[in-house]
Amino acid sequence: MASDKVKTFTDATFATDTSKGLVLVDFWAEWCAPCRRLAPVVDQIADQYAGRLTVAKMDIDKHSQTPAQFMIRGIPTLLLFKDGKVVDTIVGLVDKADLSRTIDKHL
Amino acid sequence: MTHARQVIIIGSGPAGLTAALYASRANLSPLVIEGIEAGGQLMLTTMVENWPGFRDGIMGPDLMTELRAQALRFGAEIVQGDVASIDLSERPFRLRVGDDTYTADALILATGASARWLELGVDRQLSGRGVSTCATCDGFFFRGRRVAVVGGGDTALEEAIYLSKLASDVVLVHRRAELRGSKVMQDKVKALPNIRFVWNAEVVGINDVAKGEVTSMVLRDTLSGATTEEPIDGIFIAIGHTPNTRLVQGQVDLLDNGYIRTHHGSRTSVPGVFAAGDVQDHVYRQAVTAAGSGCMAAIDAERFLSGTGH
Repeated sequence: MASDKVKTFTDATFATDTSKGLVLVDFWAEWCAPCRRLAPVVDQIADQYAGRLTVAKMDIDKHSQTPAQFMIRGIPTLLLFKDGKVVDTIVGLVDKADLSRTIDKHL
Repeated sequence: MTHARQVIIIGSGPAGLTAALYASRANLSPLVIEGIEAGGQLMLTTMVENWPGFRDGIMGPDLMTELRAQALRFGAEIVQGDVASIDLSERPFRLRVGDDTYTADALILATGASARWLELGVDRQLSGRGVSTCATCDGFFFRGRRVAVVGGGDTALEEAIYLSKLASDVVLVHRRAELRGSKVMQDKVKALPNIRFVWNAEVVGINDVAKGEVTSMVLRDTLSGATTEEPIDGIFIAIGHTPNTRLVQGQVDLLDNGYIRTHHGSRTSVPGVFAAGDVQDHVYRQAVTAAGSGCMAAIDAERFLSGTGH
């Protein structure tokens, strides 16, 4: 089940959406099987870090400018932003414990 | 928290889920620990045309969804997560998953195999930046671009065929002068106009790490030793798989090539530990043989448990 704490980002507002605080963005697409595997991990992270971390998804089929801007050539890719700057990138699958450790470094 | 189980299955590909199906029908209430690559290699495929019973083929992810549901229907329990460590020094065996510890009277290893990288260093650094081991995942980013596929087996040919529909040009780089893949796949590849072959060549370098994207590859001719640089936008590596044995290294016997040694069906060198699927199969490596060996492991585990008073 998807967490209601996960937001949906768009090309139009991406810069402002990521400009403040710690923001984790999951770049995914419907046809991407590994992305479906990662989704529950991202949902759990959103619940666990509610209030401390903004968690969002971006569908690369619908929004292509942002993935191009960050030179994403594979999904799933997770970008972690702090006050508008990319502070960590995770390409491919990751388990919850490793993702938590990455986030904790920047909290 | 510690959870005690009769049978734990590590891995959720065709081997793991078939083991779960059989073990649950034998009332062993198996626990499956899915692993980070849940569903296994079939999750990254498209149409599977050689799974018996589906004359028109079935999509790999759909097949795994069905297998999973079938195992659940008979009472298997499936948990997400990756096993951090296993202790096989005494029974029950102990496994750590996140903050939880599990004990198992019998263990089935179905951890499969993962795509092998070139081990250039740069290929990992450029993972997700133009280097990929999964065309169906990442081909999307290379519409109208030039890509290379490295390898000469069925996987490489499948990747090349898939990419030929998206990319402008596909260069297939192979170490030898002939393909290893099946005749059916070879014929399909050779009929596609935008696939070009580079024979007797190895990828010895990929640029450009500083830019954070793939701009070219360096090829070495395996006969002459000459190197050439070829501009390219993406590289798909399909040079085979490595068995996932990290958790049990030094605890169960492995073959020289790194696969788990099994004997008398699915038995490993440790009584009570069984292995199924690609982690112990360097010969057939098919979904249907993995499923078959998963069935064997469940039956072997059931007999082991009944023989030791469970």
